[in-house]
Amino acid sequence: MSATDDTHDPNRRDFLYIATGMAGVVGAAAVAWPFIDQMRPDASTLALSTVEVDVSSLTPGMSLTVKWRGKPVFVRNRTPEEVKAAQDVKLEELKDPLARNANLPADATAADIDRSAGKDKENWLVMVGVCTHLGCIPLGQQGEYGGWFCPCHGSVYDTAGRIRHGPAPENMAVPVFSFISDTKIRIG
Amino acid sequence: MMHEGHSTYTPKTGIGRWVDARMPLPRLVYNSFIAYPVPRNLNYFWAFGGILSVMLVAQILTGIVLAMHYTDDTGLAFDSVEKIMRDVNHGWLLRYLHSNGASFFFVAVYIHIFRGLYYGSYKAPRELLWILGCIIYLLMMATGFMGYVLPWGQMSFWGATVITGFFTAIPLVGDWIQQLLLGGFAVDNPTLNRFFALHYLLPFMIAGVVVLHVWALHVTGQNNPTGIEVKSKTDTVPFTPYATIKDAMGMVVFLLVYAYFVFYLPNYLGHPDNYTIANPLKTPAHIVPEWYFLPFYAILRAITFNIGPINSKLGGVLAMFGAIAVLFVVPWLDTSKVRSAVYRPWYKLFFWLFAADAILLGWLGSRPAEGSYVLMAQLATLFYFAFFLIVMPVLGLIETPRRLPNSITEAVLEKNKGSGSGHPAGATAAPETKG
Repeated sequence: MSATDDTHDPNRRDFLYIATGMAGVVGAAAVAWPFIDQMRPDASTLALSTVEVDVSSLTPGMSLTVKWRGKPVFVRNRTPEEVKAAQDVKLEELKDPLARNANLPADATAADIDRSAGKDKENWLVMVGVCTHLGCIPLGQQGEYGGWFCPCHGSVYDTAGRIRHGPAPENMAVPVFSFISDTKIRIG
Repeated sequence: MMHEGHSTYTPKTGIGRWVDARMPLPRLVYNSFIAYPVPRNLNYFWAFGGILSVMLVAQILTGIVLAMHYTDDTGLAFDSVEKIMRDVNHGWLLRYLHSNGASFFFVAVYIHIFRGLYYGSYKAPRELLWILGCIIYLLMMATGFMGYVLPWGQMSFWGATVITGFFTAIPLVGDWIQQLLLGGFAVDNPTLNRFFALHYLLPFMIAGVVVLHVWALHVTGQNNPTGIEVKSKTDTVPFTPYATIKDAMGMVVFLLVYAYFVFYLPNYLGHPDNYTIANPLKTPAHIVPEWYFLPFYAILRAITFNIGPINSKLGGVLAMFGAIAVLFVVPWLDTSKVRSAVYRPWYKLFFWLFAADAILLGWLGSRPAEGSYVLMAQLATLFYFAFFLIVMPVLGLIETPRRLPNSITEAVLEKNKGSGSGHPAGATAAPETKG
């Protein structure tokens, strides 16, 4: 064949070049993926994703912290005053208007009822005790709203774990959880 | 230019000639470190390249022997470090050399970077040399950060939590990236394992980029305090003995200060909380990174407000990474045709204001993020970016530089004449003290 054919007409040789090159790219990507994928959370880490907590000993005003997926989860039996203070806040005063509650639709608002364990269980607050700024653990019953205060960068949360001011962008996350009996909670 | 072209290397022995004809490594060394012409007016700030090479080697040597005694498991890591301190022969010395070595590595690199900013060493044709240096600096930060996690103290754990938390600020894929880095949902054993592996790898990558950095340096030749290019043979002296001896002198003084810290203040630059074992359920009251990250930490915390669609968290992370990224484009931000601050009166003033601003940011990074500290950090951050994005481009256009000497030789002779007329003979040996 002549050189002019090569430059003007796409022929079988061009096709083979391109097909070989593409196969090489796909092959390289296929080899690279296991090297990236191995860094993701492994099976044993994922297997730790459910814990059960006995909350029978928590009287109003008491909290406990359990470790779930390597992070602390705050379980708090809130006092009536704390519930009242959280219910009285108007939604437009909140920095983050969404509930961030994994048990509810993503667009649920941050009204106190949707932050708590729901109707008749408004006193129960279960949330991942990790500041949504950079991951520090806020200190309980501190700050100007009597909720949580993060000592790292000064984020202040109210008694429903909603961000009120400071650098954190979101309310503290409510994980998937349910009461499996009156005194037992399953998280995850 | 004055290199590569004609080599004066002539092997004296038969073996030397045999090797030279097959793989001329001795010739490369001779051309690069013996006959290599350096500007005759280099001052002690030019010793820091050599000092940094020595520190890299020192960190790799002490690091390799520490790795022989360290265990990268969350249940054992803290104790294995204490074992190094108490049981391993000379373990205390090797660990203090390594931990303080990291700090002094950064001391040297900051002096090296500020030297470049002052004398305009980043300007054409040295842009790639400068960018390679920025890459080395980034790799150093990654290495330093991961090394600090290994002792598995409270600051290790919470520093790792906060720094990997930066990535959650990225929209959509942030959480996925953070889990990829951590190997889980929080800092834990997989994180410690991979940080150890990468902490061992990265110094060798630094060494690779250092080779490129030195290669680029040897193509363009060194800048010098006047910022004027070498024009004739009288402008230079051979690397050996002139630069070798001056570098060695600088190194001895630098290593003396380093040794003083190792033997008398070994924990001065560390944080006492890191002698408490990591506790995932308790954040220390006040998290601070190592001192060499403090200016960037202050910039991160200065963004407490949303900027349009960018929330304060993403804004802080962008500002912090932007503070490093802006260094990469410095060669194109500075519009002045004159390199050295010696001949740029206004740039010199702003350079020192910038140096003070960087130190102020470092101090603010060590303070709690509250009250007037936040406002001060915001103003200092503003100046940090204004220096690069406004002062550098604008000053080059409006500033009237001082008269430049015609050559390095002329500058040196002028300086010697100046000091000779004002002082009795014998006082010419200290030109630095004249400002």
